This record gives sequence, C-alpha cells and structure tokens, in this order.
Amino acid sequence: MRPDRPTADEMLEAVEEFLRDKVMPAVTGHLNFHARVAANVIASVRREIGQSPDIEQDQRGRLMALLGHDGEWEALNRELCEDIRAGRNSLDDPALLEHLRQVAVENLGVDNPKYSAYARLKG
Amino acid sequence: MAGGNIDAALDAATRKYLSATGIADLKRLSAGASQETWSFDAPTADGLQELILRRAPGGVPESRSTAIGQVREARLIQICHNHGVKAPNVRYVLQPEDGLGVGFVMDRVAGETLAPRVLRDDLYADARTKMAGQCGEAAASIHDVPMDELDFLEEITPQQQWQNTWNAYEKYFLDWSPSPVFDYALRWLKERVPARDRVTLVHGDFRNGNIIWGPEGLRTILDWEIAHFGDPMEDLAWICINSWRFGSIDKPVGGFGRREDMFEGYEKVSGIKVDPERVKFWEIFGSLRWGITCRSMAFTHLTGHDRSVERPAIGRRSSECEADLMILLGRN
Repeated sequence: MRPDRPTADEMLEAVEEFLRDKVMPAVTGHLNFHARVAANVIASVRREIGQSPDIEQDQRGRLMALLGHDGEWEALNRELCEDIRAGRNSLDDPALLEHLRQVAVENLGVDNPKYSAYARLKG
Repeated sequence: MAGGNIDAALDAATRKYLSATGIADLKRLSAGASQETWSFDAPTADGLQELILRRAPGGVPESRSTAIGQVREARLIQICHNHGVKAPNVRYVLQPEDGLGVGFVMDRVAGETLAPRVLRDDLYADARTKMAGQCGEAAASIHDVPMDELDFLEEITPQQQWQNTWNAYEKYFLDWSPSPVFDYALRWLKERVPARDRVTLVHGDFRNGNIIWGPEGLRTILDWEIAHFGDPMEDLAWICINSWRFGSIDKPVGGFGRREDMFEGYEKVSGIKVDPERVKFWEIFGSLRWGITCRSMAFTHLTGHDRSVERPAIGRRSSECEADLMILLGRN
C-alpha cells in the first residue's frame, strides 16, 4: 500500500460517509437499500485491507503446522481442502477443527462481524 | 411485456376471470430475483377482492432448475389450500392470451412477513409464545397432503440433495477458491446422509420471511416455488438455520421459539415422532446449501448476467454460513 495521504482507507472512508450521510437520506426504496448495501461493501473492503496481512500470516502459519510443510497461503489452503475432501484427515482432529473455527472467525470478522454467530464463535 | 405497464392487461384479465368491474391500487411489492409480486384490489358483486399477482420477472418464465414454475406452483398451492394447509387461495392462473406472461392471482392475506418486526414488535408478543408450535403443526399439515394429487412434482432423495449441493460447490467454489469449512461440512454430511425413509411433500423454503403472521400467529405460508417430494425433516430444519433467526441466535425456530415446541406441534398433528438427529443433519445441510447459494449470486454478477451491488455483497455472506457451520460442527 502506498504511504501517501490520503491513504486507501481514508479514500474509502470518504466514499462510505458520502453513501451513508448524503446519498441514503436523499433517496428512498430500492435506491436507498442499494446505497446502504454499497456503504456496507465499502466498510467490509476497509476491514479486509486492514486485517488481511495479519490473517494471511496467521493462516499460513497454522496451515504449515497442519500440513507439515512450507508454501504459499493459497496453495496450502487448497491442499488442506483437498485433504479433507479425499478423507486424508480425521474429522475429529482438534487442530483441524480449531483452524476451521479461526478461519470462520477471520472471514466473518471481515465480511460481517455484526452477524450473530461472530461473537458466539469468537468466544 | 415490460415489467411496469401491466395495468390494462391485469384489469382485463380480472374482469374476465372474477367478473370484476375493474382493478384499483396496483402496487409492486417486491422485486424478488425469481418472482414479481404485485398487490391490487378488484371490486366485484361479492365485494372488494384483495388480491396478489405473482408472476415471473417481466412475465417471462424463469429458468432456475430447482424451481417448479408458476403454473405448477399455483396448482400446488390450490391443492394444499383445499386440504386445509395454511396456503393462499388461488383465484386464477394467467393464460397466454392475457398478455401478462406466466403467473397467477391469489387472495391477499393481511399481516406481516418482515421477520425483524415479527420478532420485536409488541403486537406479536403474544403470538411469539405460540409460533414454534404453530410451525410444527403447519409443517405436519404440508407433509400430510396426498402425494398422488401432486404427480407433477419430483422427488429429491437425501443422496441427491447431497449430490446437488456438491455440484453447486464444485461450480461456485472449486474453480475460484475452495472453503475448507464447506469442504469439511460436505464430507461430514456425506458420511451421514440419512437413508431414504418417509417421503412426503416438502415445502422447501419454509422459514421466517415466507410466512404471513398476525397477532394471533401463523396465517399463511408463501413461496412454494422449490417444493418437491423428499425427507419431511428438511422443512423442520430449514426454519431453524441461523440465517433465518435474524439475530435472535438463542431462539432456533425462526428467531422466536424452541425446537422442542415445534416438534411437539408436529407430533400432535402428524402422530409421528421427530428424530432430532435427523433434523440436525438437515440444519447443517441447510446452512451449507445457503452458503453456497450466496456465492452463486456473486457468480451471477461476476459472469455478467445480472450486475448489481447487492449480488457480490450477498456472495460474501457465505462466511456467515461458515460461522454457523462451525458452531454446529465444532466442539464449543
């Protein structure tokens, strides 16, 4: 990310504010609903930009421990999925379950942390 | 015919089929992706008829493979209504010469479908104590409709349900990015697919949001477009998935009630004992299926068929289902 001001997050924040504070009060019906959806999309992209570096590092570390070798995040994730699908690991493995719980928390923390399951699963 | 200009054609059709003297107060109620819903009134010799038009978007029949189409949906709703199921009364089915496309007109039932109001408004406080039991009773009445009158419906066995969901996962996830949570759930379910046992009419989308409520409770069940023959426990599970609890996570039935009360209502009407483990299988299945459906909506957007800001946003809601699945499957 460029070190310039305004930052990417500050730019997106301005768009989010514009949608919530200017567009939404000025329109009704479907356009109002879609303006709200658009503002929520901007908010989740801001969370993703902010949280992604940490999430990638954490997930990669957990995946390397589960799979027993090094690799890129995406490739490791794909390999884990294939292992699960092929029945190569036990569904009762506590380390696997803990990794999946954390993945679900990480994804939902970006996409919609207000959803009721987030607080429950995060613990 | 275009989506907006239906006044004259609907006026003519309602005069023809219901001997009305005209129509009034035509309003579009929803812009559902698979169905258009319009509200209107029609004065007749028997008084003012309060009506709903349901038709394919723009009057063009839909191509969704799981949907039964508006004409069969109308037949199904009428048969259910005749058997005492809380389904709307169908008044007439559109014919090609009506120039309104594919759809039907039914009686409009007053009440509330918006789940957040039903879950929070004082008006429904009394009803909320009874709704779970009423849902069980209503589901039992759906599952009791004689199947020989419904020979236009197809059966989806538990094994086929799993296979259909796997096919959708393959299409919407594997070519892009797989979800380890969904892969886990798919395997967990695959190892536990229940044997084909009791087969009945299944509503298929029985949930808070597709029910009209009054202060006394359940009035009418809507949206029969994915009805099929299958495992009746699908219906008892679908209404429990967390996506349809609208924030009230600790009230599994629709955000308003307890499973035990729904099962009791079901057993009272059907005389059949509910197996909670079987319902749990279908609840996990339902969360997974909804998560994959969410992603499919982003797919529709990304492949350019129907671009909107809403579709990619819904696509990301698949992570809500990942979290629901890990609550259901995890050890916490």
